[in-house]
Amino acid sequence: MKTRHLFGATALALLPAAAMMAQDTATCENCANTMTVVSWGGAYQNSQVKAYIEPYKALHPELTVVMDESSAESVAKMRAMAEAGNVTWDVVDTLASDAIRMCDEGLVMEFDDIDAVLAPAPDGTPASEDFGDLLINDCFVPQIVYSTTFGYRTDVADWGGKVPSTVCDVFDLETFPGKRALQKRPIDNMEWALYCDGVAKEDIYDVLGTDEGVERAFNKLNGIKDQVVWWTAGAETPQLLADGEVVIGSTFNGRLFSAIVEQNQPIAMLWDMQDFDLDGWTIPADLPEDRLNRVLDFLYFATDTQRLADQAQYISYGPARSSSAPLVGFSDVLGVDMAPHMPTDPANATNSHLYDYGWWADHRDDLDAKFQAWLTQ
Amino acid sequence: MTQATADQAKGSVLAADGTPLKVSLRRALRAQKLRALMLIAPLLAFIIVAFLMPIADMLFRSVENQIVPDTLPKTVVALEDWDAKGDALPGEPVFAALHDDLVVAAEAKTHTRLGSRLNYEDSGMSSLLRAAGRGVRKMSADEPYEAQFIDMDKDWGDIETWRTIKLYSGAYTDGYLLNAIDMQKTVDGPELKPASQRIYVMLFLRTMLLSLTITFFTLLLGYPIAYLLAILPLRTSNLIMILVLLPFWTSLLVRTASWKVLLQQQGVINDLLVWVGLISDANRLVMINNATGTIIAMTHILLPFMILPLYSVMKTIPPSYLRAAKSLGANDWTAFWRVYFPQSVPGVGAGAILVFILSIGYYITPELVGGTSGIFISNRIAYHISISLNWGLAAALATMLLIVVLALYWVYDRMVGIDNVKLG
Repeated sequence: MKTRHLFGATALALLPAAAMMAQDTATCENCANTMTVVSWGGAYQNSQVKAYIEPYKALHPELTVVMDESSAESVAKMRAMAEAGNVTWDVVDTLASDAIRMCDEGLVMEFDDIDAVLAPAPDGTPASEDFGDLLINDCFVPQIVYSTTFGYRTDVADWGGKVPSTVCDVFDLETFPGKRALQKRPIDNMEWALYCDGVAKEDIYDVLGTDEGVERAFNKLNGIKDQVVWWTAGAETPQLLADGEVVIGSTFNGRLFSAIVEQNQPIAMLWDMQDFDLDGWTIPADLPEDRLNRVLDFLYFATDTQRLADQAQYISYGPARSSSAPLVGFSDVLGVDMAPHMPTDPANATNSHLYDYGWWADHRDDLDAKFQAWLTQ
Repeated sequence: MTQATADQAKGSVLAADGTPLKVSLRRALRAQKLRALMLIAPLLAFIIVAFLMPIADMLFRSVENQIVPDTLPKTVVALEDWDAKGDALPGEPVFAALHDDLVVAAEAKTHTRLGSRLNYEDSGMSSLLRAAGRGVRKMSADEPYEAQFIDMDKDWGDIETWRTIKLYSGAYTDGYLLNAIDMQKTVDGPELKPASQRIYVMLFLRTMLLSLTITFFTLLLGYPIAYLLAILPLRTSNLIMILVLLPFWTSLLVRTASWKVLLQQQGVINDLLVWVGLISDANRLVMINNATGTIIAMTHILLPFMILPLYSVMKTIPPSYLRAAKSLGANDWTAFWRVYFPQSVPGVGAGAILVFILSIGYYITPELVGGTSGIFISNRIAYHISISLNWGLAAALATMLLIVVLALYWVYDRMVGIDNVKLG
């Protein structure tokens, strides 16, 4: 009796363990055992390692993951590798605009049916609906929504207690004197300039498509040109703000989040007219079958609802699935409630702007030449 | 009479084995040359593969335009008879050829690649061709293609679209090279770009001017240091040598970033000047994110490249010459200027050319501290390589830079004489 009882107890105790064992590892048929993941390095890549790669490796102990930090030059490197006929990358994290370029160039794989590749939401909604409009083309699996927006110093004496409340305050040197940091490229700056020159949001790209519109945007920017420090790396603005070199500056919202929340700098967010952009995964074209199987298996796992929400534990970028949003909450890792820091939070997104990928794909080369010429004048 | 004695009679000298000495010597020399060639073969192969072939590839890319005739073979042929200067659109046969070409291209997914290529010349071509790749499949062969194309996108009825295709229909183009000197192809021949888009010539000039300035400052700062290194006792000069070499062992990015900390408006130097009272808090100096920042940071970074060749030449100048000059009645300045300096000129030449050539190709430091007025042509080349992916234009800019550098080298050779340059 006693032994039976004991045996029963052991069996009962073992059962969940056995069930867990079964879940602990997963199989992947005909999959390569190494995978090279390319991303941006820094805090962002770290959040991907924690939220996607470590859990995936726990399920697949046989896998070796090689991390590469070349996303900033991904398009050029992908083209060089394709020309040399030796693509060593398996999955590449890129900006949406770069994904469009690579898709056009035939450097990355096109998905015939995205629902066959990605997991449905927990309630069964197919991925194509869950991601919705963020699936900007057939090559790109969106991961996060980030925004380029402004941060300002909260201790500027010259401002007499006023704080900027709209993006147009950036152009107002009377009320808010001091240097500004803007990105050294036409994208975002031209849109903000036209918006603050009185162009309605929905007309911005129509106006910018004309020579007069470009002139108008430059004229508006001329008003602050000699007060602008132009940045090229996203880390520059938080540094410039922290040093007091500039009083207001644009950068990616996650960079400002770390400066404000993790480093306690006297900086506040200006979310008005934040410019939404996407970052996500692409797969190089024509991978060998076993490597492709591995990447597809990884992508299915890494872009499901829970995993996208997990990433927001580590960094303040919004998950690209609508089903992930309700799962974003208090971050045990950072010790703060993440929701109010997300660009997609309703309170932050009252007045926002969506980057028009198609328009910029057409006009970027032309406007960039004009922008560079304007900068040197 | 034997052959040997016959040769001897003609006056040629014989080696021990009886062959004429000339032949024997030539043979020995050939073997020696072959051995020498074998020794340098790895380096030669490396230079050919890693240096000469990339340069040839770059020169080729700056004129290569294969993608247009490859993607639109029939259209290019059909367009040959069309007069691009006129106001009339090309006729139905061209539209039909375009349809045929695009059906093939869309199947191979090369139409978007062509779109990216032509978009460098005419904004909007990218989306025009992307949409056309989808649209051609639905077109019917029974109706005129011209109307169907224009119905799909009115830009197909815009004569500028066709002029662009016609101008860039050859397998080779001078378009990139023209672009690199602020010109553009038009139906009336090459023209200057509108003033609002001219940038490259100015950047070339600025690159030259700033590089010369940097070379001058490295010489100004480096000469006295090299002189000290050469004349001081070994123990002291070793210490200075370490200070000169120390920057070499520090990352370029760290050195550039430290200049940011020092030079910015809220930086160390400005703080110090305000504290001393030389400038007021409201008028802090702008020393970074402009040409000044580039000159200061790059002078510092390139300084060792000036000091080391100077030092190695000065080391060979015997100090007894200076003493002799002085004992013959020259004062310090005359002795230096008339006796010492002329002997150090080969070092100046070597250092100057080294620093100048290095600074012309620099791009990381100008990118970080140059703002808008301190960036170089190399920053634009890097932009076209990694961001805009316009490798043709990047190659054309690099070709121009190569030509300018070779021309300067030629002038330098004429003025200073390259035989006069010594590294030690």
